[in-house]
Amino acid sequence: MTVTSPPLTSDDTVAPGVGSVDTARPILPPIPTPTQAVGAEPSLPEDVVIGMQGVSLSYGSFRAVRDVDLVVGRNAVTALIGPSGCGKTTLLRTINRMNDLVPGFRVEGRITFDDVDLYGPGVDAVEVRRRIGMVFQKPNPFPRSIYENVAFGPRVNGFRGDLDALVETSLQRAALWNEVKDKLKESGMALSGGQQQRLCIARAIATEPEIILMDEPCSALDPRATLQIEDLIRELKSRYTIVIVTHNMQQAARASDRTVFMTMGEDRAGYIVEADETARIFTQPKHQLTDDYVSGRFG
Amino acid sequence: MAAAAPPVAAPRFVPNIGRRKLKGTAFYGLCILAVAILLLAILILLVDVFVLGVPWLNADFITGTPSRRPADAGILPALVGSIQLVAITCVVAFPIGLAAAISLEEYAKDTRLNRLLRANISNLSGVPSIIYGIFGLAIFVRTLSLGYTLISGALTLALLILPIVIITSMEAMRAVPGTQREAAYALGATRWQVVRGAVLPSAAAGILTGIILAVARAIGEAAPLILVGAVGFVTFLPSPLEGGYTVLPIQIFDWASRPQEDFQGLAAATIIVLLVLLVILDILAVVLRIRLSRHIQW
Repeated sequence: MTVTSPPLTSDDTVAPGVGSVDTARPILPPIPTPTQAVGAEPSLPEDVVIGMQGVSLSYGSFRAVRDVDLVVGRNAVTALIGPSGCGKTTLLRTINRMNDLVPGFRVEGRITFDDVDLYGPGVDAVEVRRRIGMVFQKPNPFPRSIYENVAFGPRVNGFRGDLDALVETSLQRAALWNEVKDKLKESGMALSGGQQQRLCIARAIATEPEIILMDEPCSALDPRATLQIEDLIRELKSRYTIVIVTHNMQQAARASDRTVFMTMGEDRAGYIVEADETARIFTQPKHQLTDDYVSGRFG
Repeated sequence: MAAAAPPVAAPRFVPNIGRRKLKGTAFYGLCILAVAILLLAILILLVDVFVLGVPWLNADFITGTPSRRPADAGILPALVGSIQLVAITCVVAFPIGLAAAISLEEYAKDTRLNRLLRANISNLSGVPSIIYGIFGLAIFVRTLSLGYTLISGALTLALLILPIVIITSMEAMRAVPGTQREAAYALGATRWQVVRGAVLPSAAAGILTGIILAVARAIGEAAPLILVGAVGFVTFLPSPLEGGYTVLPIQIFDWASRPQEDFQGLAAATIIVLLVLLVILDILAVVLRIRLSRHIQW
């Protein structure tokens, strides 16, 4: 099994835990057993950072996502999974208001960040994006030095402290420092794909966000780099809340605490089928659609 | 063919590889021919100019002023005029052109009006330069009362090269991947910070190329300048705000239109000086381009 294949290929049809790519690291974190009994109500995170109530998202007249109720727990990893085109990325990019940049994009319903309406009148998208960082599908470092890549966010946001120290801390938290500490002046573009993605994570961390959104951060990476990023995600959650979109079922199972399964209806609008502890989604899903998807019978 | 196929079946492929390759070779030959014609034309032109002009090239020619006696004639007023004119043109055209390009490419919404505007800027770069001369005469010389001065000429040329600067700058900015803009936005950059920090540095090399192209265009123009005061026989160094200036192309035109053979030689020598200026600009462009794009590869 490969983790770099495009969406909706054999990749998604393998049941979790069956993969063989992980020879690079033989012992995988086991999928934990659900803490709740079969048939119990879905568990909800106690400390909610992001809340969505009745959220529908449209591009012009096309409704991409409808009727989403969702909570994201603090210092946890929430995975969004589902077939291509079901609106996972749209939903993710709504959290840091990146979709504001798309002409014709509309939000209905209520999205809160620490109980503040993200799309409320006094809320500035620029400030939202500093506090909710983002890592993209394809590594997109700036064509400038490694140092300047990390320093960009702090600089544009008027950082007043010790920039060198912030750059170092950010690179350390992104598990990249040891590889680049002697070549901070070299171009970020000269790094390998996996290193570039960790550079992008360091760059996101440098603005000291509370939440980091990741849009299929490993889809352009090889299996080894993918595992490095997954390790990193598990480490980062002690400090940050992470929401990750992934097409890789095993990645969701390995790296996330909660999994949200989305699919799309007849009207091509995506909706949430089920959201629960990751272990329950993968072992005792409530919905047949979820079961079919995570076990590879659908999607 | 597989053995199981019907024995009488027509072959399903007729490769004819020899014929296909021959066609390719023939096309390549035509391309070479086209290049050869082009090179030959340039070569003949250059040889002609150099044969005529080199005997007249010396220090006195560069530092002298025009004279009725070909042996005493020099091009200093034209050389200084060209350099001053281009310098002022650049100072005026580049900030305006770049700002217009940023506004159209990064800020303007994709409305019908803006699309029309963009299309018309492209059309402007195809307007004959003499038209700009007439416009310059009406606006700068007459309406703004700047007179037949070097500044009028520079402003006219600035208008002439604005569309080139705008279009090439817009293209350079469009070539910067959207993922770069997204990266900057996602870090909490404002629109201007995105432009300043993510778009312009990556587009700098392309913008610079456009600017050098525009300068090359400006330095070679004669027609519009005739209308706004450039004259062929100036024996003093120009000052921007007072009348009477000349530039290299006008000097060439003046000498080349005289019947005496010696003046033809002077015109050829001036062409060589103009060519050298252009080559220097090109080298500058290449060097700057390499320096600016050293880190940039997508």
